[in-house]
Amino acid sequence: MYAQMVKSEGMKSLEEMSPEERAFQERVDRGEKIEPKEWMPEGYRKTLIRQIGQHAHSEIVGQLPEGNWITRAPTLERKAILLAKVQDEAGHGLYLYSAAETLGVSRDELFEKLHSGAMKYSSIFNYPTLTWADMGAVGWLVDGAAIMNQVPLQRTSYGPYSRAMIRICKEESFHQRQGYAIMMKMAQGTPEQKEMAQDALNRFWYPSLMMFGPSDKDSVHSAQSMAWKIKMNTNDELRQKFVDETVPQAEYLGLTVPDETLTWNEARGHYDFAEPDWAEFFEVIKGNGPCNEERLGARRKAWDKGAWFRDGLTAYAEKAAARRAASNVAAE
Amino acid sequence: MPSLPNAATPDVARLAERAAAAQSHDPHVADVALKPAFFDWLCRMGDNSLILGHRISEWCGHGPVLEEDIALANTALDLIGHTQMWLGLAAEVEDAGRSADELAFLRDAMKFRNLKLVELPNGDMAVTLMREFLFDAFHFELLTALTKSSSPRVAEIAAKALKEVSYHLERSSDLVVRLGDGTEESHNRMQAALNKVWGYTGEMFAADAVDEAVAEAGIAPALADLLPLWQRTVGEVLDEATLSQPEQRFDAQTGGKQGRHTEHLGYIVAEMQFLQRAYPGASW
Repeated sequence: MYAQMVKSEGMKSLEEMSPEERAFQERVDRGEKIEPKEWMPEGYRKTLIRQIGQHAHSEIVGQLPEGNWITRAPTLERKAILLAKVQDEAGHGLYLYSAAETLGVSRDELFEKLHSGAMKYSSIFNYPTLTWADMGAVGWLVDGAAIMNQVPLQRTSYGPYSRAMIRICKEESFHQRQGYAIMMKMAQGTPEQKEMAQDALNRFWYPSLMMFGPSDKDSVHSAQSMAWKIKMNTNDELRQKFVDETVPQAEYLGLTVPDETLTWNEARGHYDFAEPDWAEFFEVIKGNGPCNEERLGARRKAWDKGAWFRDGLTAYAEKAAARRAASNVAAE
Repeated sequence: MPSLPNAATPDVARLAERAAAAQSHDPHVADVALKPAFFDWLCRMGDNSLILGHRISEWCGHGPVLEEDIALANTALDLIGHTQMWLGLAAEVEDAGRSADELAFLRDAMKFRNLKLVELPNGDMAVTLMREFLFDAFHFELLTALTKSSSPRVAEIAAKALKEVSYHLERSSDLVVRLGDGTEESHNRMQAALNKVWGYTGEMFAADAVDEAVAEAGIAPALADLLPLWQRTVGEVLDEATLSQPEQRFDAQTGGKQGRHTEHLGYIVAEMQFLQRAYPGASW
């Protein structure tokens, strides 16, 4: 999940709603899609902008931890796969910024908020990628956790967001398989490779669990977002589903999930597992994670150093438009 | 396996056999007399793509605008794909039990056969784009000629690569024009970039015994024949971009094709080969 702790506006009952609001909610309840030019409550618009924007930023910042290994990928095929994956992430960013634009916010405005720290990206990308096995763990766990949230979001109420999610999910599930394929190679490889694989799982397990956001009992914004169908499941439901699916995958690899309390609960039909360290999560969100400075710094630097490039293209486009206008006048 | 199907392709051996059966017979591949030159020339093709692809991939996530992040990654990906084909054929021609990966990851810098141009550091986007444009304009003419190669295997690879390189050239020339004729700053940066890399372009056309041997066999064109085509494209694009062709010699910096590189290549190779060197024999 690439959107965490997205604030949404206060919740109203059907009786408290204006006729417009009620008609809107009834459309959402019927499963109709809301399209850009249609009326929507301001709170719905604002919450979606926050959520889609944060998701888009996560895709863009998410290029960095994996981009970190492209030049060191161990084979030509692995290099090509990783490049394709990182390119996909940038493409997801593009769809999502476009979806946000339909709500009346420009990509540049959203970038500005990312760069100033006013908007966040997923906490997961503030963790370092230290070995090649991390390319496996990120695909398997991080994309795996993202899919848990994104698959239900294909049914979200906002049309452009839903359609972006459908495209994104196809690629993300491919990424997860690629990540798992790297983990299989490593887990079945030399003792050093197996050690790297286990170490990657150890480091990425709890940060992956954090991706779903704090427990529902601490999540004050869920109810309204769920009523609007821009959040489809609670944080705890998704986290449980992720653990239930991932633990057998780890076992298949012969790797150990770094949680001594992890046990199958026959009565619940789910695994019982340890919560991540939420104090660490809030520190990472605040900007004090291991790589916050590098990640945001890299994005700011790319933007600032690219100003001349963007200005050059804009200036050319203006000149070309003026030349076309002048030649049209001459022709008349 | 639970919930996540096995990502490995089943029947790999059968697929490989089928692919081998569909491959054209190429008398050049087993021509013992031609082997040293043909192998060297294929390494030049593969190494140009590999090293330029490596350089461009360094931009991943750091581009000036999102569309460029996508385009740069895409270009790098195309080039790595071409590398797999060229070095794959090189390995086959060499017939010494080495794979494309072993050529890429286990040769030292002096055994690399790429042009010095493609190993130059990225600098700003102006240098990256100008370096790519000057190479693309050559690469396009070379691949076009190679589609008529006397070697069917070479012609097949060239035809595949040409589709992508046509797009590379279209994109890089378009951006050179826009930035050259953009703001004063973008113009100055593009001119500075052109002046910086110009002296490395002549190596593309400097034929040696290897180039002559493959040209003689009808595998590749005479490089001198490509020069006027390249000059025409470059001249037209630079004119439209309001940039001036430098007066300095364009062939001041050569030697990459013979393995005498700039200092930069050693660092590229050290980074690229780290895992293969640190964990010899491991499978990834």
